[in-house]
Amino acid sequence: MKLKTFPGGLHPPDNKQWSAHKPIETCPLPAELIVPLSQHIGAPAIPCVAAGDVVKKGQVIGEAKGFVSVPVHAPTSGTVAAVEDRLHPMGKLLPAVVITPDGDDAWGELPAPLDVQSASVNELRDRLRDCGIVGMGGATFPAHVKLSPPEEKPIHTLILNGVECEPYLTADHRLMLEDAERILDGVAILQKILGVKQTYLGIEANKPDAIALMEKACAGRAIEVVPLEVKYPQGAEKQLILAIAGCEVPSGGLPMDVGVVVQNVGTCAAVADSVLRGIPLIERIATVSGPGIKEPKNLKIRIGMKLSHLVEQCGGLNGEPAKIIMGGPMMGMTQLSLEVPATRGTSGLLLFTADNVPLRPEGPCIRCGRCVRACPAHILPTTIAAYARLDLFEEAEQFNAMDCIECGCCTYSCPAALPLVQAIRHAKGAILAQRRKV
Amino acid sequence: MLAAVISLGGIGLSAAVALGLAAKKFAVESDPRELAVLETLPGANCGACGYPGCSGYAKMVVSGDKLAAVCPPGGQEVMEKIANIMGFAPITTDPQVAVVRCQGDNAKAKLKYTYIGVTDCVAAQKLADGPKLCPGGCMGLGTCARICPFGAIEMTAENLAVISREKCTGCGKCVASCPRQVIELTPLDATTHVLCNSHDKGALIRKYCEIGCIACQICKKNAPDAYVIEDFLARVVYEHHLETGPGVEKCPTKCIRDFAGGYPQGSSFAPPTCAMPPQKVA
Repeated sequence: MKLKTFPGGLHPPDNKQWSAHKPIETCPLPAELIVPLSQHIGAPAIPCVAAGDVVKKGQVIGEAKGFVSVPVHAPTSGTVAAVEDRLHPMGKLLPAVVITPDGDDAWGELPAPLDVQSASVNELRDRLRDCGIVGMGGATFPAHVKLSPPEEKPIHTLILNGVECEPYLTADHRLMLEDAERILDGVAILQKILGVKQTYLGIEANKPDAIALMEKACAGRAIEVVPLEVKYPQGAEKQLILAIAGCEVPSGGLPMDVGVVVQNVGTCAAVADSVLRGIPLIERIATVSGPGIKEPKNLKIRIGMKLSHLVEQCGGLNGEPAKIIMGGPMMGMTQLSLEVPATRGTSGLLLFTADNVPLRPEGPCIRCGRCVRACPAHILPTTIAAYARLDLFEEAEQFNAMDCIECGCCTYSCPAALPLVQAIRHAKGAILAQRRKV
Repeated sequence: MLAAVISLGGIGLSAAVALGLAAKKFAVESDPRELAVLETLPGANCGACGYPGCSGYAKMVVSGDKLAAVCPPGGQEVMEKIANIMGFAPITTDPQVAVVRCQGDNAKAKLKYTYIGVTDCVAAQKLADGPKLCPGGCMGLGTCARICPFGAIEMTAENLAVISREKCTGCGKCVASCPRQVIELTPLDATTHVLCNSHDKGALIRKYCEIGCIACQICKKNAPDAYVIEDFLARVVYEHHLETGPGVEKCPTKCIRDFAGGYPQGSSFAPPTCAMPPQKVA
């Protein structure tokens, strides 16, 4: 039977065999937790604690600023050692709350569990915001904002993202195998908030055990499990909508323009925790993998744990790391050191040694067209990057640079080792800066 | 054959007549002085004057009763020619040259990561604030060299930008293009500059650069009027540029350079040959 898919994309080796069969292990608490105040898209949280304060697990330590923002919570009980600038995964020094755990891991006062049937939609959304629920696929967009589409854009379809198309990462896979009930409880809450007519759960065909398990679990819950062809970037929102619902999000538009909302399965589990148990988002599953680590694992980590602590839990380094990636190898962020903390968006930590990272010299564009064939967004990476390098940003905008989803298919396929995504991002940044000025 | 010659010749003749009539009927009235002014200008269209290209500047000149802006690449010579054509009072210009306030190339300054990507300083700056440990130093990826309309900037083999004092016209495009504001416009007759752009404390600078300013104040002690220390970084007080000699001599990190003696290490430019004002010996 032919599986649903989308045009474009490519097939990097999935490298999931390193950790797909490893059950989730809970990571013990470290001696210090560094909780950045910016772990989401939108305005960073404003600290509401000071050095010396005693905090309980789940206590609000940073308040949300504005609508597109969420509060930040203490991942464990302990004392605030400092509120200062620390190295952030984005590579800069940004404000963070540093906590010394007291070992008790004691919960503070949590909001009361809500009854999904009787609670109003607004109550449910406010609970998601108060518990800091953000998209856990990696983008960390505040969930309550995504679930508040304007009235003129009614939502009829909810799509759950269990695809996990990035190589090496197996966190969502293990979550579906081990915690399906939590995910489905969260889906029920999302179905109520959005009032959708149909719900789909997309899973790539390289996870047959998860597909079988979820099909059984979803029976009678008005959720259809859709197995998808294994191709990167199937897990990208717009590509997932095209494959499952068959409609294309318009250029410059959002999924709500076609009446769809997409949420990651990890986010669904976090939604269930926040509504049914009042638990804020302070922990998540992350895959630690790659040839540079001795024992690849799927770890349940708290936000604020340093990457070096995660490495220790996985048997330590397998040689000097030349490249440290937070996230997946296609779209993840390279890190300057292992002393940065994990955040709500840390889906994985990958370590590579120098011989895994060949440094190919950049050559001229040979107009081979591989990038155009691979691009899932139907734009011309070679042309946009060429304009970007000449600082011709108006032309880059005309060639739909803003529709680039930064998936990395173009850079991966380029035989001349051109930094295409970086050039396109440069153009996108310049275009946005120009729009802000005008 | 004859028919072909006559018919084509006829077409050519009628086209010529039509063009001649059109040239007379649709002729654009223009001030003849505008063309004269345009011919004196350097023709680089650099925009330093603030007008759209040299023709834009020429238009501005003939439209008013005095000069609203100078042409920095043209300099004093061009200003006097324009003053002659238009009958204006002459303007004196303050010629300036751009200086890259850094000597921390790859041999002297440490990196925090190996940068692999678009060879552009603005793009590299977006990645964790650039590959250098120094937050203010020149990254040497060539954004300024590419934007210079006069070809006055070279990139050394060790990734440092150096600006030729002879080719630079002071148009200022490089100053705007640098994401770290390392380049500064300075008076042409001042040849001594403190070539450092980092406000970090001396102890921190020593960790990542051999040739940065550590704000030891030795320059100021030896030439009190010629230097000022602001926020852990020394700078030359250009009104006293003739007294900077002792500071150059005594500076322990050699971050102060008198360009009359030559350009930073790695540069291919010969020391400036145009007459430099003599240094006053204290």
